[in-house]
Parts: sequence; structure tokens; C-alpha cells
Amino acid sequence: MLNKLLASLDESERAAVDDEEYAVLKAVAAELPSVKRDVLELIPTLQLIQTKHGYLPRLALRMVADHLGTTVSKVYGIATFYNQFRFNPPGRNPIKVCLGTACHVKGGEIILENFERRLGIKENETSEDREYSLERVACIGCCALAPAVVVGEKVEAYVTPSKVEGIITEIEVRKEMAAREQKKDEE
Amino acid sequence: MSDKLVTITVDDKEISAPAGSYLLPVCLENDIYIPNLCYLEGMETPPASCRLCLVEIEGRPGPQVSCRCLIEDGMVVKTNSEEILKLRQIAFRLLVSTNDGSCKSCISNRSCELQQIAKFLHQPLRTKRLRHIDRAYPPLIDDHPYLVYEPKKCLLCGRCVYVCNNIEKGYKLSFAQRGMDTIVSFFGSDLDPASAFCKECFACTEVCPVGSLSSKEKWKAFVDGLK
Repeated sequence: MLNKLLASLDESERAAVDDEEYAVLKAVAAELPSVKRDVLELIPTLQLIQTKHGYLPRLALRMVADHLGTTVSKVYGIATFYNQFRFNPPGRNPIKVCLGTACHVKGGEIILENFERRLGIKENETSEDREYSLERVACIGCCALAPAVVVGEKVEAYVTPSKVEGIITEIEVRKEMAAREQKKDEE
Repeated sequence: MSDKLVTITVDDKEISAPAGSYLLPVCLENDIYIPNLCYLEGMETPPASCRLCLVEIEGRPGPQVSCRCLIEDGMVVKTNSEEILKLRQIAFRLLVSTNDGSCKSCISNRSCELQQIAKFLHQPLRTKRLRHIDRAYPPLIDDHPYLVYEPKKCLLCGRCVYVCNNIEKGYKLSFAQRGMDTIVSFFGSDLDPASAFCKECFACTEVCPVGSLSSKEKWKAFVDGLK
């Protein structure tokens, strides 16, 4: 199934599929036959792929559409409608900016924009080195700490533009330290 | 629809039409113009989303969308009252609140249904009474081999999605995203062999009331002509 799909692509498209994406697509191709060929299975199938691989690759949508006997645009329409689906792999440090009512009032939009500017990515995108991904979430349940941001599993409270800088620096420093440690071990 | 004819009165004009037809097409056939954007002939259940075809029907509370009203014998309809004009104007202003008003450089300038409706309702194409919302979309989506789509002009009436999905062959259009971000999408069409049929069809571009969806060839020729 996957090979047939890849064969139907032109060269530039095929070159755009990197090893990582290929591995995901291969896994999806292996999983799909166990799914009932019924359009009603569309959302559960997308959820299955997303839980297993963290995102929905573009070509996977095509495979799902072919398997369930519907069209890619319909699959895409449904996948983009729901916030839970993402189309690029999550970063190692997923950043979730809360924009629930309290955080919105306390300037969550500004914090989101700060992250966008600092990381050079827009919301729902992943930085090129796969270090960060950015998304907006509705309430995370700690309105008293507004504006709040979740970095990985950690909740950051009372975030300000300078704190955005601090959060990123902290991650960078930790990354640098880990790299040095590893170097030391190797020596 | 049955063969039985019923008689209705629209703006003091008597009209007889087959029972079970919708009011809007009956009026249009009898030269009573009612502005409409989302309705297409033959629709079984019109979406009634543009809210431009509102009319007054005697004995019914509030305004009614004529595209979803089945005609009944003895129905008395008013399409040109002050109140109805006001309501249509409000609906129109909401529709154009995202319009960027670039008529001069638009492929459908002068053949645009929105322009005609604006004239009919005495409304400007760029409203000052509502906050203008600039939808954050690329000016052009052109990854379809034969179609181009200008999201900012799109009113999301859904005509193209309707016709496309009623044609057996070809690549299928659909809506994507949601809320203020909604667009008509032909995602993946560049990889889909089914889109080869679109070259002969172009039904979607024909029903587009504005110049949002157009054939790539015509669009390119038009843009070259602007230079």
C-alpha cells in the first residue's frame, strides 16, 4: 500500500519524505488493515495514528482516505476541524500557552506572541530542530496563576515577556549541560 | 414534488407553482428577485446560511428564509418591506465584514453576484459599521493542478462544495479548519490522480458567486492582463 502510494508521487514529493516520516508511514500502513473499512471509523483511526506517532503526516491522511473509501479533502476537513489533531511532529519541549478566560484577560495572547517571536515559529508549528513546538490551549485549570504556560509537564505561573526569555534560556542551558555531561562520559 | 398546482401571492402578484417547491426558486422564476448566495437550483435541503433571502409570510412569526419555505396554497408573501430590507442589509454587512474590497483587481469584477446584491440592497461592499476582520490567510492557494482559490474573497457559501460532491468523478472539495479560519480546501489534490477530471469540469468555478475559485488558466491570463 505504502509503496504504491510512494510510486504515485513525483520525485520532489518523494524526496520530501524523510526517514522518520517513512517509518511512521510504514507503521501506519501496517496498522490500517486491522481497521474496518467504514467512514465512521475515520476519527478513531486518526486518533489511533496520532496517539501512536504524535502527529498525522500528510501522506497518512491519503492512506486513511484510500482505506476508508473517502476523499483526502474530507479527511483533511475533519482533521483540521478538531484541535486535537496536529500535522507536524511535536517538539522535544512542547509549549502550551493557556488562553482560557483568565489567562486571556491577563494577556495570554501577548505571551503567545512572545514565544512565537522568540522561537521563530507560529502556533501549531514545530521549530526546525524539533526542539520546540508551540500551541494554544483552552483552560489548563490553574486560573489563579494566570497567565500560565505548560512547558513539557511543568506549569509556569505568572508568565511575563521576560519570563518567556527565562524559560527558553533555562531549556537551552539544560540542553547544553546535558551535552557536556555526555561529552565527559565519552571521554 | 407533485403535479398539483398551488396559488400563492407574492408582493400582490398571483403565482401558481407545483406544490412542494421552495419559495425562493418559484419567486425567481416569476421575475421576483430575492437576493441569495448559498442556494443552488435542485438542492434538496438548501443550507440557508447566507440569510439574504429573508421574506415575510403572513401568519408566520418573524422573517422566514425563502429557500427553505415550502409553498402552500393561499400563502401571502412580502419580499420588499422596510423591515425585510433592513434584515437583509444586516446579513449582507456581516457577509462583507471580511471582504477586503479589492474589486478592481478581481477576476469577477462586474460579473460578481456580490456586487449585484450590494447594488440591490444599497450597501457598500466594504462596510464601515462593523469592525473589519482581516482573515489571516495566504492571498492565493494554488496547489491544485487546475484551480486557484483566493480565500480572502470567499464568502463560504458552500456552493462549490455542494456541486463538487454531487459530481461523481473528480477530486472532491471540502471545508477545512473552523470558525473564522474556515476555508474551502483542495488539500492533497496535487497528489491525487482524480483531480485530472477537474480539467474538464470547472463546475465549482461556475457556481462561485464571487471570484474566489477560478480556473488556473483563466486566472493566469487575467493576472497577466492586469500588468
